[in-house]
Amino acid sequence: MTASHQSPADAPRTFDVRVLRQDGPGGASYWERHRVPYEHDMNVISVLQRIAAQSRSVEGDEVAPVAWECCCLEEVCGSCTMLVNGKVRQACTALVDRLLVDEPEGIELRPMGKFPVVRDLVVERQRMFRALEKVRAWIDVDGYYDAGPGPRQSPEDQEVAYPLSQCMSCGCCLEACPQYTKVELTRDPGESDADFQARQDQTYDSAFVGAHAISQAVLFNSHPTGTYNAGKRLDALTQEGGIQICGNAQNCVAVCPKEIPLTTSIAKAGRQTTWHQLKKWFDQ
Amino acid sequence: MAKQRVMVVGGGLAGLAATMKLAELGVAVDLMSLVPVKRSHSVCAQGGINAVNDQTRQLGDNEWKHLDDTVYGGDFLQHQPLVHEMTLWGPKVIDLMDRLGVRFNRTSEGFIDRRRFGGTLYKRTAFAGATTGQQLLYALDEQVRRWEVDGLVTKYEYWDFLGPILDEQGVCRGCVAQDLMSMEIRSFAADAVIVATGGCGLIYGRSTMSTVCTGSAASRCFQAGAKYANAEFIQVHPTAIPGADKLRLMSESARGEGGRVWVPRKPQDPRDPNQIPEADRYYFLEQRYPTYGNLVPRDIATREIFNVCVHEGLSVETDRQCVYLDLTHIDRRELDRKLGGILEIYEKFQGVDPRDVPMKIFPAVHYSMGGLWVDYERKADGRLVAGSPKNQVTNIPGLYAIGECDYQYHGANRLGANSLLSCIFSGLFVAPGVKSWLGTVPGGAAAEQPAKLFSDAHAAQKSRQDAIFKRPTSHDNPYDLHFNLGNVMTKAATVVRYNNNLREALQVVSDLAERANRASVVDRGDWTNQNVVFAKAFEDMLPVAKSILLGALQRDECRGAHFKPDFAPPGIDATEPAEKRRQAEAWCDKFEANNRQWLKTTVATCSPDGDPVLTYEAVDTTLVPPRPRLYGLVGAEAIEEVWKERARKKNQTPPPDSVVASM
Ligand SMILES: Cc1cc2nc3c(=O)[nH]c(=O)nc-3n(C[C@H](O)[C@H](O)[C@H](O)COP(=O)(O)OP(=O)(O)OC[C@H]3O[C@@H](n4cnc5c(N)ncnc54)[C@H](O)[C@@H]3O)c2cc1C
Ligand code: SF4
Ligand code: SF4
Ligand code: FES
Repeated sequence: MTASHQSPADAPRTFDVRVLRQDGPGGASYWERHRVPYEHDMNVISVLQRIAAQSRSVEGDEVAPVAWECCCLEEVCGSCTMLVNGKVRQACTALVDRLLVDEPEGIELRPMGKFPVVRDLVVERQRMFRALEKVRAWIDVDGYYDAGPGPRQSPEDQEVAYPLSQCMSCGCCLEACPQYTKVELTRDPGESDADFQARQDQTYDSAFVGAHAISQAVLFNSHPTGTYNAGKRLDALTQEGGIQICGNAQNCVAVCPKEIPLTTSIAKAGRQTTWHQLKKWFDQ
Repeated sequence: MAKQRVMVVGGGLAGLAATMKLAELGVAVDLMSLVPVKRSHSVCAQGGINAVNDQTRQLGDNEWKHLDDTVYGGDFLQHQPLVHEMTLWGPKVIDLMDRLGVRFNRTSEGFIDRRRFGGTLYKRTAFAGATTGQQLLYALDEQVRRWEVDGLVTKYEYWDFLGPILDEQGVCRGCVAQDLMSMEIRSFAADAVIVATGGCGLIYGRSTMSTVCTGSAASRCFQAGAKYANAEFIQVHPTAIPGADKLRLMSESARGEGGRVWVPRKPQDPRDPNQIPEADRYYFLEQRYPTYGNLVPRDIATREIFNVCVHEGLSVETDRQCVYLDLTHIDRRELDRKLGGILEIYEKFQGVDPRDVPMKIFPAVHYSMGGLWVDYERKADGRLVAGSPKNQVTNIPGLYAIGECDYQYHGANRLGANSLLSCIFSGLFVAPGVKSWLGTVPGGAAAEQPAKLFSDAHAAQKSRQDAIFKRPTSHDNPYDLHFNLGNVMTKAATVVRYNNNLREALQVVSDLAERANRASVVDRGDWTNQNVVFAKAFEDMLPVAKSILLGALQRDECRGAHFKPDFAPPGIDATEPAEKRRQAEAWCDKFEANNRQWLKTTVATCSPDGDPVLTYEAVDTTLVPPRPRLYGLVGAEAIEEVWKERARKKNQTPPPDSVVASM
């Protein structure tokens, strides 16, 4: 790798950022252009920070700061997913120097398309967490009192499981998946918090769970204690919205920032569910 | 009585541990967080979590030694019974996290593997790859999700805690918060509120912390009457990667594997670092500390790097402080094998391969030892009273604090890998105490308190926001003011502290507070208005910033992370034995006198205008008698000899071998 483009000499003084904005759920979206002074070591997050501080578009109009999500700035929390120059990725690892080499015209930012837009680059990803409930992505321990150490595990098993346990619920895999389609609900007038939540959960449950949740089911099914409830997870994966929807397009694995072997997980889950179905059928 | 509920604010390790334990005890919990709890700052921790284990035990380790390492590392500023209890729970906490499914690294026999961290001789640290914090947090997040499905936990994610609600007797009856999407401000009735909102690194602008670590929640409690303790103790990590948005940690292992720290002798030498010949390089750590070289302890490395840039003007770059951390002399394959993971982080964020080009690094604010003052109840044997409602309670009855936002456990300086332990421990430990409080809380359930209590609290927050919207357009905005605050704080109150700088900084921060009161926001809308949320968070950083500065200004000594060159005790230089002895005696006298004055917790209360007022409180050091840290000091052996004699005379008993813990 060369670092030549990093030298301040040939760096631009400013560069332009086009942001696809939307003021609220269901509203119309519109493009807005911002001009940002170049600094070293910028990433898309620092660009958005400068845009917020300027609060002015290229045309000189005073505009509200662009809304976006971030937290860790180290690609471990999963907050900052968006489309940067058309590619779904974490904004915190999107380095300006690299982006400008690929696309000297400037940077384009859009919100994810598979989730409802809350505002600008902020989207509603509650559906991802609901999927984790659906596949029971946890260990059913007896309780939190002292009960000695957990089961011993071989280093080989740890090495297989550890990558799966790094899933940060960023949603890149879902954005890229042709089978994962957007579900957007609006609250009915007079609908209570609880009623809306229930309707939402139900709708989410009938739509595709997604690669991340399938992989989590595989992770917990591989845990010595987790395996006790493997059947329940496999049941969830064969319900409506389950693994059968996956068309094996393999887009998910290509975009996962944590390089989680999603297609391997999906294949494993496929085999496990098939056996599980057969077994249930024979046991009848 | 109406059903009681507990509000947990913050879903990092501490908040999640408390939530899941309360749910197990049958208590209904509302869990509130700025970000979905799975995205909390705790995910950033890489290194690991400390606890005594079977292997270290056989090498002579025990919980008492873990206690000793922790209080020695913290320069004796922590109440020892709390640390004692935490170290006793350590092994049980690891066992629990193991049962919850954390994929810790394993030995070939399938046991949890351990590594060694700074400040101890034992391999106490359990780890899960390079993402221990993430793995621990996920395990707790998963358990809380389980309780959510069972209906005992209700989450309020994307909510900003605006402050506690206190009744006329000063008892906490709930809190006010704001939905970050709809901007609705709402009062929540709660029979206890547990604040678990993490550190306050953003007061320094950029740090190794996450963007939500503003300390605003703790500050809102402080401004509502909660005491804030030891604010001036802020840990600075020697090696971080400077970025425009964040300073990312570069692990100590880079130096451990042979990394050399240097700057060009010619200030801001424009040459490519690889073209600068040896003779023109200044390996300042190797030169000044020939014995330890690049592996001097953290605080010394931090101070020297800071010094060479800030005071000697030898920073590599003109517009920014940094030095080279050079690995390019080491074989690529060896680097990949030993440091692969962490070098990838550098490459990912800097776009430069550190195997070819020296890394640029600089110290960065990393951890807040100080925080909300909390109480505890101890027994005569130095353990805590389990289930006491006093454990982790602030001076406001019903308001609790746990995790990085409390001031306990780490004293003047935190040991690596002890924080994850203190967070989970305090979360688990607070739960039975809160449950006891629920049984005795005076005046009925929170939900049955007069409606006016809640509507007034709501109105106060509403008018705070309206006032911000009504400000005339000013050329100050909260983002620029925050940038200024970061600069002032980083200059005056990090690695090396001088009273005149601190005094000046206090003035600047007071001016910033004035300007903050007039700063306008561009966005006055009522939908996902991040602008006004940040404006409020920024304003609330200022009382804590002032407490840090005032605490540092008044504390005329050196202790842990707080270093004032003007008050650093010199070593002893005599060579003639009698004179040497006399000097060592004098040194020890001075040390004892200093402890009598400064081995004290700094306790800040917030006056109505946001200015802190400080008092000092005795520290419980009844378990391990304080002793000097003599690392690298000239004449250390002579001083140590005198010190040991004095300890023997005072008949201080040696620590017991092992203490049995119960959970
Ligand atoms: C880069 C890095 C590496 C580290 N490595 C280690 C390590 O290896 N070992 C170790 O022991 N320690 C380590 N630490 C320290 C450790 O990670 C933290 O001290 C610990 O995770 C803090 O946990 P917490 O539960 O107190 O708070 P956090 O995890 O910070 O969580 C705070 C919670 O409060 C919420 N919150 C904050 N403000 C508000 C508000 N106003 N309203 C509502 N909610 C709010 C947040 O949304 C979040 O959910 C490291 C720290 C850093 C920065
Ligand atoms: S493999 Fe399945 S989950 Fe992955 S992108 Fe394709 S359809 Fe989606
Ligand atoms: S599997 Fe990968 S892409 Fe999908 S949510 Fe998890 S980390 Fe993100
Ligand atoms: S901010 Fe956490 S992943 Fe980007």
